[in-house]
Amino acid sequence: MKILVCISHVPDTTSKINFTSDSTEFDTNGVQFVINPYDEFALTRAIWFQEKQGATVTVVNVGDASTEPTLRKALAIGADEAIRIDAKPTDGFYVAQQIAEVYRNGEYDLILTGKESIDYNGGMVPGLLASFLDIDYINACIGLEIEGNAVSASREIDGGTEKLSATLPIVIAGQKGLVEEKDLKIPNMRGIMMARKKPLNVVPAIECITTTQITNFEKNAEKSACKMVDADNLDELINLLHNEAKVI
Amino acid sequence: MSVLVYADNSEGKFKKSALEVVSYGKALANQLNTDLTVITINATEPEQLQKYGANKILFVKDDSFIFNAKIYAGIITEAAFTSNTNIIIIDSSTNGKYLAPLLAAKFNAGYVSNVVSAPSNLTPFTVKRKTFSNKAFSNTVITADSKVIGLAKNAFEVKEDPTTAEVEEFSPVLLSTSVKSESIEKASGKIAIADADIVVSGGRGLKGPENFKMIEELADVLGAATACSKPVSDMGWRPHGEHVGQTGKPVAANLYIAIAISGAIQHLAGVNASKTKVVINTDPEAPFFKAADYGIVGDAFEVVPQLIEKLKAFKVENA
Ligand SMILES: Cc1cc2nc3c(=O)[nH]c(=O)nc-3n(C[C@H](O)[C@H](O)[C@H](O)COP(=O)(O)OP(=O)(O)OC[C@H]3O[C@@H](n4cnc5c(N)ncnc54)[C@H](O)[C@@H]3O)c2cc1C
Ligand SMILES: Nc1ncnc2c1ncn2[C@@H]1O[C@H](COP(=O)(O)O)[C@@H](O)[C@H]1O
Repeated sequence: MKILVCISHVPDTTSKINFTSDSTEFDTNGVQFVINPYDEFALTRAIWFQEKQGATVTVVNVGDASTEPTLRKALAIGADEAIRIDAKPTDGFYVAQQIAEVYRNGEYDLILTGKESIDYNGGMVPGLLASFLDIDYINACIGLEIEGNAVSASREIDGGTEKLSATLPIVIAGQKGLVEEKDLKIPNMRGIMMARKKPLNVVPAIECITTTQITNFEKNAEKSACKMVDADNLDELINLLHNEAKVI
Repeated sequence: MSVLVYADNSEGKFKKSALEVVSYGKALANQLNTDLTVITINATEPEQLQKYGANKILFVKDDSFIFNAKIYAGIITEAAFTSNTNIIIIDSSTNGKYLAPLLAAKFNAGYVSNVVSAPSNLTPFTVKRKTFSNKAFSNTVITADSKVIGLAKNAFEVKEDPTTAEVEEFSPVLLSTSVKSESIEKASGKIAIADADIVVSGGRGLKGPENFKMIEELADVLGAATACSKPVSDMGWRPHGEHVGQTGKPVAANLYIAIAISGAIQHLAGVNASKTKVVINTDPEAPFFKAADYGIVGDAFEVVPQLIEKLKAFKVENA
């Protein structure tokens, strides 16, 4: 089985979000970048298939050279090779078309992605990718087994879970549950050393369209101060929630 | 060119998020001087949507259906073609987020998710959306001719605008797919976080799983869903499905009550889209107080039981 794992390179979850002075771009100053947390679950599951079922794992990112440390980290975690499509990830439509091209050239059986990138929160790359390739797709996946061509997966639904069956090839967009938090792979020294020797291929982007364009960013409005209520005066809290906030 | 809305339903009934997208679709249709068509699958009373301004209601009726993204996306796509529309509005439920990109791909449409308001401009078509895990907004232009808008939950007010609609049964072609539903497990009798107007959430400060009984009781009194911070689900005190935050479930409720939760940046990112936030914490310096609307410095083990009693009394009075 050949697995392609899509890795988005995103600001660490603790990052303060600032924009350039004209508010048109994210200010990366002082920001640490990491593998998108959802993609980490996908990658760890892929490595499990590699260790237990002899799968090969390729990671792919659409980005400029600054994303290479993130791809190297994925190699250190255990991916066999990395591909960087050398382009600015302008929008989800653009990214999905680029990755579709890699898939067509690589005879993959399975594409694993995160369900959403925590920076732009598009939640669209996996679904677009499946549609462009005309293959099946499961979103919000929280459990995945593969035997031969047969896929059994669970996905989160509002208020529960659904068990699904399907066949390869397929795009699976995952989250926690694909593997447990405690089983997430952290690169060790040996992995880091080996990653230096693994291939990281840079390929040029193909010509393709974009469908959206960000004009500017806005920060959240300043919050008004929190109203403190005395712990002995819960009637006041109920009064505020009922008459002021009108939520109960 | 009409506007098309997909109105989801749960066991035949329209949820609030369905009415939100219909109201949004109507506002947009008015802005564009056009009609609103709504497509719905297996709703028991599709004609209810007239009340929110639908000019045409297409309904599909087939009791053998279970939600399947590819098949449903095929149905909505066909509805869009027959109604000659190039704007589709969809909600942000788990199913909505699953469907939207599939629709966008069919039309080479620009898809924008987490949209929080009607377009600020029609040429170029500009919408405002949440981004950076609720830490910011962006104004985004959809440059493609076709557009798919994913409306954020609780962002657009439900508004009645009664009309008389044509209600028409729709018999689409069904696409084939290898993805089949084998079984569905719903947490019975519980309110899902995604549907809840009120969410009561507990953190590590509650010290053990047994102490979540009072969280459940408080939620019961309020008709709320229960939730928790990440460490609480990581330690197995609560099911994974209850973990909220940047890497858990997003919460956009009317009221979010955080009990013994410190307010780490990742937690706040996932819950700050809620309208009113109440924090109960022993530590006056807990970062959550900076993000909250109402705060109580106090011990949850004392405050919560009292709050439950007082709310019960309040409910009796206001019944
Ligand atoms: C990549 C990444 C992603 C993450 N994603 C998420 C996420 O999605 N969601 C999330 O929640 N976290 C997330 N976290 C974890 C986050 O950083 C915090 O560790 C976590 O939110 C803390 O949970 P807590 O507030 O329950 O616990 P603590 O930080 O331990 O806080 C407990 C609080 O309880 C208070 N307390 C103690 N006793 C009492 C009492 N008797 N009465 C009242 N108050 C009391 C304390 O004063 C304290 O403020 C993430 C972390 C990382 C690194
Ligand atoms: N620039 C990118 N390069 C590679 N994969 C990406 C990129 N952007 C998004 N993805 C993948 O698509 C998923 C959903 O991202 P998004 O649609 O941006 O929310 C992510 O979790 C990644 O797996």
